[in-house]
Amino acid sequence: MAALTLLTVAVLSMAVGAKPIPPGEVWHALTDRDAAEYAVVRELRLPRTLLGLVAGAALGVAGAAMQALTRNPLADPGLLGINSGAAAAIATATALFGLGGGTGQVWFALLGAAVVTVGVYAVGGGRTATPARLALAGAALNAALYSYVSAVMLLDAAGLERLRFWTVGSLASADTGTVLRVLPFIAVGLVVALAAARPLNALALGDDAAQALGARPAVTRAAVIIAITLLCGAATAACGPIVFVGLLVPHLVRALTGPDLRWLLPYCALLAPVLLLGSDVLGRVLGRPGELQVGLITAVVGGPLFLALVLRTRTARS
Amino acid sequence: MSTSRLGGSGLRLAYDRRVVAEDLTVAVPDRSFTVIIGPNACGKSTLLRALSRLLKPTVGAVLLDGADIRRLPARAVARTLGLLPQSPTAPDGIGVAELVARGRYPHQGLLRQWSPDDERIVAESMAATGVDDLGDRLVDELSGGQRQRVWLAMALAQQTPLLLLDEPTTYLDIAHQIEVLDLCARLHEEQGRTLVAVLHDLNHAARYATHLIAMRDGRVVAAGEPRRIVTAELVEEVFGLPCRVIEDPETGTPLVVPAARARVGTVAR
Repeated sequence: MAALTLLTVAVLSMAVGAKPIPPGEVWHALTDRDAAEYAVVRELRLPRTLLGLVAGAALGVAGAAMQALTRNPLADPGLLGINSGAAAAIATATALFGLGGGTGQVWFALLGAAVVTVGVYAVGGGRTATPARLALAGAALNAALYSYVSAVMLLDAAGLERLRFWTVGSLASADTGTVLRVLPFIAVGLVVALAAARPLNALALGDDAAQALGARPAVTRAAVIIAITLLCGAATAACGPIVFVGLLVPHLVRALTGPDLRWLLPYCALLAPVLLLGSDVLGRVLGRPGELQVGLITAVVGGPLFLALVLRTRTARS
Repeated sequence: MSTSRLGGSGLRLAYDRRVVAEDLTVAVPDRSFTVIIGPNACGKSTLLRALSRLLKPTVGAVLLDGADIRRLPARAVARTLGLLPQSPTAPDGIGVAELVARGRYPHQGLLRQWSPDDERIVAESMAATGVDDLGDRLVDELSGGQRQRVWLAMALAQQTPLLLLDEPTTYLDIAHQIEVLDLCARLHEEQGRTLVAVLHDLNHAARYATHLIAMRDGRVVAAGEPRRIVTAELVEEVFGLPCRVIEDPETGTPLVVPAARARVGTVAR
C-alpha cells in the first residue's frame, strides 16, 4: 500500500511539468530513445524524482531517529542545528572560495553537519547527555547558525543569487550527478539508522531501563547521531534545508505503525518521499508556467499540520 | 549466612566527586525478598544502581556470580538481573502488550527474532501481574497502579532470576502500594525469584522483606531478618525517630509506631 502510493507519486513527478506527459506514456518516454520526451524525462525529471526519493527517505528517517533519540516528539533535523550547520558550511565555502556546487558542496555540508553534531553533543553533556540538554544545546546553536547564514548571504550578493533557491529548498537543480554524489552517504545513514531501530526501542523506555535490558545507550546514541549527520548533511547539500518533512512524516506514520521503530523507520523511508515529491509536483502545478520551490510547499503544507499536531497533543495530555 | 549470587565488599560509591558510601559491604541472599531502607539521601538508591550495573563503584566491584558485573557483557547481565527503575518512560501511544514484549529485548537479536516462546512468556508475565485483560489498552490511559503492574510484567518478561526494584510503590496510593507489594511477595514465593527493592515505608519493609538492609549515611547499620533486627533502638539510630515497635496484628512482623509528639508543659484544658 505504502509502496503503491510511492510509485504513483513517482510517476506523477515524471509526468507533471512545463511540458506535461500523460502518465501512461511515462514508461515509453523513459525507455525509448526516439520518444519525443526522452530528453526531458531522462535528463530532468528522472534525476529530480530520484533525488526526491532519496532525500525524502533521508529526511523522514532522520526525523524519526531524532525524535526517538531526544524523546522529543517535536524534534526535527533543524532541532539539533544539523541542517543549519550544513547550510552555514556551504554558505561560508560559497562566500570565501566561490564554491558553486558539486562534490565539494556535499563534503562541506557533511563537515558542517558533523561539527555541529559534535559541538551539540559536547555542549549537551557528552556521554551523559540527557535529551533535554541535547535539545537545548541544539536550539541555541541552531539560532546562532541561522543568523550567521543570513549575515553571509546579505554580505555576499553574488553568493546570495546562487544560493537563493538552495536556501529555500529545491529539487529543481538536480542532475544525475547530484543524486550519485549524495547516494552513498544516505545509503550508509539509512542502514545505520535501521540497524539501530531495536536498541532505540529500548532507549525509548529511559536510559536506566534500556541499560537494564542490556542495551548500551552511549553506543546507540553515537551511532544514531552519525546516521542523522550523514542523512541530514547529504540531503541538505543536495536540495537545501527542507523543513517539516522530518518532523511531520514520523507523526503521520506513527498513526499507522505505532511507536515500534522497527516498523516506523522503514515506513518513514517509504512515505517521506511521498510528501516531498508530492509537494514538488504541487509546486510545479501551482507555479505554472514556472514553479514553486518544494521547500516553500512543504513549509506551507507543513505549518498548519504541525499546529494541528501541537494542539492535538496538548488536548490529549490535559 | 546463605549463599549469595549478588553483592560486593569494600565498595566506594560516588557521583563525580561526591562520595555517597565508603567501604560498603552487602550481600543479597539467594531467593530472598531483600528490602533496602533508610532515610532520604542515605545511599539506598545509589546502592541499587551499583547492584544493577548502572553505577560503577570507584573502589571495589559488584560481583554477580563471582564476576565483576561491569566486565560482563551487557546482554548476559540482562538475562540474569532485571531492574525496574524509579521512573521509566512509556513511549507515546504504546500498547500494554507491546510494552511488556520489550522485556524480551536481551533474549533477542538480529538472528533470533520474535518466537512463540516470547509470545508465551509475555502472556504469562501479564497473567502473573493481572494485566492480561489490558493487552490492547494504551499505557497512557491506565491508572498509576495498573501502570506499575504493567512495568512489573515487562520486568518479569525479561525472565531474570534476580529482579531489582527502585521504589516500586512511589506515587501510588495506599491500596495500590499494598497491591504491588503483595504481587512482589507472590512472585517471590511462587516463582522463586530473588527480589531486591528500595522502599520508603519502614512498616511495608518489615512486613514484606525476608531480609532487611538498613542504611544511614552510606553505611549498613544492620542487615538480617526483620523480626530479628527491627527494634526501637535501630529505628532511632537509622531514622532518628523515637518509636515503639509492636507486633503487627495481621502478620506478626514488627510494626513501628512513632512516639507521640512530646508536649511542652501540661495541656491546657
